[in-house]
Order: sequence, then structure tokens, then C-alpha cells
Amino acid sequence: MVKEKVVLVNFWSSPFGSRVKIALEEKGIPYEYKEEDLFNKSSFLSTINPVHNKVPVLVHNQKPVCESLNILEYIDETWTDLSPRFLPSDPHQRALARFWADFIDKELYESSKKIYRGIGEEQVIGKNEVLRILKLVEGEIGDKPFFGGDNLGLVDITLIPFYSRFYTWETFGKFSIEEECPNLVAWAKRCLQKESVAKSLPDPIKIYEFILDLNKYFAK
Amino acid sequence: MAKKCEMKLLGSGGSPFVTRVKFVLKLKSIDYEYIKEDLANKSELLLTSNPGLQKVPVLFHENEPISESLVIVEYLDEILPNVHPILPLNPLDRAHNRCLAYYIDTVYCPWLKKFMLTRDSEKKEDMKRLIIGGSAMLEEAFVKLSKGGTFFGGDEIGYLDVVLGCYLGWFKFYGIVFGFNVIDEARNPRLAQWGKSMWSHEAIMSVIPSDEIYMNFFKMLPGFLPPRHVHA
Repeated sequence: MVKEKVVLVNFWSSPFGSRVKIALEEKGIPYEYKEEDLFNKSSFLSTINPVHNKVPVLVHNQKPVCESLNILEYIDETWTDLSPRFLPSDPHQRALARFWADFIDKELYESSKKIYRGIGEEQVIGKNEVLRILKLVEGEIGDKPFFGGDNLGLVDITLIPFYSRFYTWETFGKFSIEEECPNLVAWAKRCLQKESVAKSLPDPIKIYEFILDLNKYFAK
Repeated sequence: MAKKCEMKLLGSGGSPFVTRVKFVLKLKSIDYEYIKEDLANKSELLLTSNPGLQKVPVLFHENEPISESLVIVEYLDEILPNVHPILPLNPLDRAHNRCLAYYIDTVYCPWLKKFMLTRDSEKKEDMKRLIIGGSAMLEEAFVKLSKGGTFFGGDEIGYLDVVLGCYLGWFKFYGIVFGFNVIDEARNPRLAQWGKSMWSHEAIMSVIPSDEIYMNFFKMLPGFLPPRHVHA
């Protein structure tokens, strides 16, 4: 029997890396965690991810897989006997899940940076863009406990790591996400009751302090 | 096989993302109705079916909308897996294909767009350098993934052929208008050969838009032409 060796190369604050952690924990896949210092990137990272030189990277039996959503699908397609499945079996439902995951992936992070790195009008634009995205996504939960139904699915795992950043966005942008998107925050709290999520998400205060430090670093 | 009335594609002429979906519909012999969208005057259909992004393409299958070209491509592959399969079966190969598609759409394509849109000649040169580097990377990827075959998918057109191939009309246009060969015979010989094979493939040839469509699409992009040229 071939022994499976799974390594996750990540940086602790990355919401993209948290996605992969949650996925591995949800399926109970044993893995080794390797922290990469993004301010001093190793030559190891450029070997396993020559195209982007970014984290996270999943290395499975010495073969690297890059891009977080790509890694989530790879995990779902490789460990097919482990539940929960992150994507439903119906092609149309799969397409919808992929669309929303892609939408969150492309829009949310970039818009949120305007809130904590921008000043004046740019911050307001960022706040409005983030709220627009969150409200659109909130509309998709419906009566289900999770976007994936009874279990975490692709969209849940894609979005929930950003919950660690809500405190940062709210503090910089001076607004309350719970007031604007109560159903979304209720969903987030349900996610946090899952051990896979609770152990994979960084502490919101640590994220806030890290972003304050980063802002000082970029201001130099 | 889907009947014509069941499948509709909302698109606009020069969009490579629309062309990409058309490639797959053609390869899988799926009949469909094409609905032309005026992106300067977005229709109720587009605004209601795709509230998040309001972009083309949108595929309607039995009136259910699906957006995002790569999502549509995978959907079509899943509903008709046995007719000209697009993605490989092995999870690792699928992951490599998807990762390169992500690079093409989120890194390489934006460089192409910036090159086209910027009027600053220094920035244009910067973009050119980045694109040349990107094409070199894609040349290496082609050599690895094609395994000696004509296409990224090997002997048959596959996922990355569709993902990159939808830009071929644009690459030709860049050569004509800017004198810049995005894929260059000397720098990227295997990719250049791949391009020729794609152009002469019956399914691709019948789908790639004409030069006139590209020129019209190009003129429509905001901020490209100074105002005095718009009414020329």
C-alpha cells in the first residue's frame, strides 16, 4: 500500500491557506504543516510553485498542487471515499457552487484591501463593495445551515476564512457586518462550531494587529 | 444530446470568454440558440440572470443560468462526459490544467488587456516584457502537457487548448494593429505550431470571430480612444 504523504505549505494569516486546512481537517486527512515566511520566501516555495511563488501549496506524494480553490477540488476528487463531499453530485448545483466560490475568490479579498489599506473615499468604496458581495452571497444560504446543505461545501470553505478578517474590516471601516448581514454572521457562527473550522481560523485580533504592522511596513 | 431550444448562450462578439464556451459547444456538437448582448446597453436578461457580475457569457440550460466561462466549460463537460471529453480524468492532471487556466485568466490575460489599454509607451513596453515572459512559460507548459501531441490535450483538443485558444483571434489582432506577436515563431516555436493547428481545426475555425468583430469590440472598450476619435 502506498503511504500518502500530504504537506500543506502556508502562511498563518492567509485566508486561502485556511481553506485548505479546513478541507483537510473536514475529511480527516493527516498532513504535515509547513509555515512559509512570505517576507523571506524560500527556494523550496519557488520550486513547488514556480508559476506564482505563492501559498498555499499542497504537496501530495511530492507532487505540488497550487491555488486554493484548485486544491479544494483536487482534495474532493482524490479522496472520494471521505465525506463530506465538498461539491454536490448534480452538475447544475456544482456549477452554481463553483460560480459563487469563484465570485468570492476574485472579488472579496481585493475589495477588502481598500478598507484597511486605502484612505478616505477609497475606504468607503471598499466598504460598499465588500457589503455588496457579502449581501449577494448571503442571499444564497436560504434555509440551509450551510451553503453546502447539512455539511460544509465548497462555498462555505471558500468564504469562512474571511470571518477572521471581519473585525479588521469593521474597525477600519467603522461599520457592523452583523447589522448589515445578520444571516451571514449567523452562518459563520454555525461554521465555527465545527472543529475543522475552529482549529483552522486565525484569531481575529492577531489578524488585526498583523494588518496594522503590515500597513506600517508598506508605509515605509 | 441537448436540443436546440434547451440550450442558449448569451454573449458578445469579441469576448474570448464567449468564444471559449462556443468552442466547447461545437466540440461536443451541442445545438444552441445564440443571443447577442449589447454590453453598452445591458439587457434585462443579463442583469437578472447574473446579478453578481453582469457579464457575458451566460449559458441557459432549460432556462437555468450558469455564469463564468470556466464554470460553464466544466458544466458542459459534466453533462456530456462521453462526447469529446475536455478535462483529463486523473485528479492531478485536472489540478495542473485548472491551475494553468487560473494563471492564464488572472495574470496573463490582464497583462494583454493592460497592454492594449495603456497609452503610456513605457507601460506598454513593461506589459510587453511581462507577456513575452508569460508566453515563454506557456511554451514550457505546452511541451510538458502535450506529451508530443498536437494540442495541450495531446492528440485531441482539451481544456487548456480551449482556455488559451479563445485568445487566438486577439493574438492575431495584436500582430496586425500593434505589430506585436504574443506567440512568436522564434521565441515560442511549439506554441506557434499549436496556434496553426488550432486555426486549421474545423471546430475552432468555424467559431473564432472575424477581424471586424475584434476591431468593433476594441473600439468599444472605455478609455481606449480619445473622445475625438469616438465619432470618427
